[in-house]
Amino acid sequence: MFSFQGFIDLPLVWYALIATAVFLYVLLDGFDLGLGILFPFAPSEKCQDRMMTSIAPFWDGNETWLVMGGGGLFAAFPLAYAILMPAFYIPIILMLLGLILRGVSFEFRFKAHDRSKKRWGYVFHLGSLVATMTQGMILGAFVQGISVTGRSFSGGPFDWLNAFSVMTGVALVAGYALLGATWLIMKTEDVTQAWARKCTGYLFWHVAFFMGLVSLCMPIMDPRIRELWFSLPHFAYLGIMPISCIILFWLLWRDLRHQNEYRPFFLIQGIFLMNYIGIGISTWPWLVPYQVTFSQAAAAPESQSLLLVGAVIMLPVVLAYTGYCYWLFRGKSSHESAY
Amino acid sequence: MILHLDPALLARLQFAFTISFHILFPAFTIGLASWLAVVEWRWLKTGDETYRDVYQMWVKIFAVTFGMGVVSGVVLSYQFGTNWSVFSDKVGNVLGPLLGFEVLTAFFLEASFLGIMLFGWNRVSPKMHFAATVTVASGTLVSAFWILSANSWMQTPQGFMIGDDGLYYPTNWLAIIFNSSFPYRMVHMVVAAYLTTAFAVSGVGAFYLFRKKFTRQAKVMFAMAMLMAVFVAPLQLLFGDLHGLNTFKEQPVKVAAMEGLWETQKGAPLVLFGWPDEGLETTRFAIEIPKISSLILTHSLDGEVRGLKEWPADRRPPVAPVFWSFRIMVGVGMMMILTGVFAVFLYWKKRLFDSPWFLRWCMAMTPAGFVAVLSGWFVTEIGRQPYIVFNSLLTAESISPVAGIHVGLSLVAFMIIYGLVFGAGIYYIVRLVAKGPVPEADTPYGGHGITKPPIVSDAVKASGGDHV
Repeated sequence: MFSFQGFIDLPLVWYALIATAVFLYVLLDGFDLGLGILFPFAPSEKCQDRMMTSIAPFWDGNETWLVMGGGGLFAAFPLAYAILMPAFYIPIILMLLGLILRGVSFEFRFKAHDRSKKRWGYVFHLGSLVATMTQGMILGAFVQGISVTGRSFSGGPFDWLNAFSVMTGVALVAGYALLGATWLIMKTEDVTQAWARKCTGYLFWHVAFFMGLVSLCMPIMDPRIRELWFSLPHFAYLGIMPISCIILFWLLWRDLRHQNEYRPFFLIQGIFLMNYIGIGISTWPWLVPYQVTFSQAAAAPESQSLLLVGAVIMLPVVLAYTGYCYWLFRGKSSHESAY
Repeated sequence: MILHLDPALLARLQFAFTISFHILFPAFTIGLASWLAVVEWRWLKTGDETYRDVYQMWVKIFAVTFGMGVVSGVVLSYQFGTNWSVFSDKVGNVLGPLLGFEVLTAFFLEASFLGIMLFGWNRVSPKMHFAATVTVASGTLVSAFWILSANSWMQTPQGFMIGDDGLYYPTNWLAIIFNSSFPYRMVHMVVAAYLTTAFAVSGVGAFYLFRKKFTRQAKVMFAMAMLMAVFVAPLQLLFGDLHGLNTFKEQPVKVAAMEGLWETQKGAPLVLFGWPDEGLETTRFAIEIPKISSLILTHSLDGEVRGLKEWPADRRPPVAPVFWSFRIMVGVGMMMILTGVFAVFLYWKKRLFDSPWFLRWCMAMTPAGFVAVLSGWFVTEIGRQPYIVFNSLLTAESISPVAGIHVGLSLVAFMIIYGLVFGAGIYYIVRLVAKGPVPEADTPYGGHGITKPPIVSDAVKASGGDHV
């Protein structure tokens, strides 16, 4: 039996690893869920085919990061997993059902014709929408805190449902849709691309509005967060985040007018990163907000050590072949034989 | 309507339902991925387009089943937390890393290379494509390795200690991963997956041969599947027996339930059929062969086999489902072996591909593997009850603090959505089978924008462009 506990802060390393896995999930599945949200509004069936083709080789790998996040939480922080999952019982079940419907509609839509093809397109949209909405609501409920007694969740089944979590749900729908639209600008041409640009211009304002709203609500709702962000000297260096967010939004606005194809997608990712770090700072060091810290929830050092060996060897390999797949299917998605 | 919404019972029902649904897909895709790798290798080796036609038909079926397997698997990885949070908290230290390793070593591998398998035809060289197929096939096996390791640990837990806080702590990882029932379970399950695929493929091949369609491709499917039936189905009997002996040593109460044996006795009979009655604590209307159970389990006619009455009633698994599932599994296995015997006989008579009764028989055997896999899982999982971790943690003490109504409603939702998904999946698979191994020269793959490599259109020209 071995343990690295004497050499490194294992819970901290695992906190960082899982936070990274969840963020990668948000970025990667974010754009393909967003594409699903925009799907029925596409100008033609041909456009929809292009959209589907642009993510078909990737969606499965993208979704794996969600399993990595959930499985990693179970492995590295079983106590947090055991408290959070029952707390979000209903939205998690709804999210899973949404992901099921959306996952199978890829395969089924490819094999269907005419009317049923259209139907699977709507199923794809509905599944994506439900999955995104519930993820956003889970996030909103998470930052508000969770009732815990002993080692388990002790709140009610609808604790997760309130005005703030509905708002974060809608905000995430807009955010993912914007990620999806900028992905389409990068991966498509002509009609689809022009339409995606229009979507981006429209969603841009929604996302900016919601991000401002959430940033306002969180310190107002919770004195701990207010204290953290608005006291000196925190204010000085934490201020970098909102300021860089504003700069990224400005660059995005400029790119949309100058027809840049690749940068918008990466600018949005930058905006997501800033917000993600912001939420991380606000909830630090809680893994179950205001109840259990990440070091209290940590699995036995032996368990975290064993899995760390696996992660250190496998994660670079996973990233390498994920990168290889994205490189292999680079270029514009097409309806015709461009591939 | 279940009036008394018992969350423990509903959580068990929900898990049983979602995992039974899920396991059908891995059982099929583990075998199918390996078989596709062999088919593609034959194509690269011989240049015979028949193999490529077969590959391209089955890879689409693979995609549909793999997709359903992935989405139903994601559900399971979250269900440990939603329905079994106390279990997750207690054994997280031990099982967490095993499941984590599955994601790290297998999940990503399969998901990423599946994209190349399906859409990479003219983006990579045929050799690289073959490498992708082999990678996906290995991924499915690695996945099975970790899942079965975790499952086996719950059956035969070792290499751990229970702390003062009631949590399980690992003391020996090798003992946990390679626990005593794991090797048997791994071999038995992977071979079961191969047989499941073989019988599904032979059923389709038999259907084409019967209808005299796609004969060239059908012979490849049928012959390869029959090779599995001839050589592997009897081997499975041996592996199953070894697994049974291990269970007899580690979980004698499960074996007693499988055998429907209530009294401990020397020279125990083999109960062929009967009606286990838990109220009367006896197996009624039993048809028995004297002393054979002792012979199988102890390799001696007078060996002692412990009966169910050795354990208190609340420490026994439900007898009837275990008893019946076991008989179904063994019965289907025997029919598989019989199929192999028929195949050898017909091959010798040079009638393997054209005796209508045998083709009909093989068509009827198409779902055989699925039935056997499911009933085998029922034996092993129901047989572990009332424990979730055998002899250590009770199932009833492992559930989440959630109300029965929520578990019940989500069970209903899963049943509806899974019914829809499964129905549609079956429908599209049947349509792919009906269409057959027709190379689509100029239409993009599945009609969605990714064309086949130029070699496909050459193949169509070579064969006159008409396969129907």
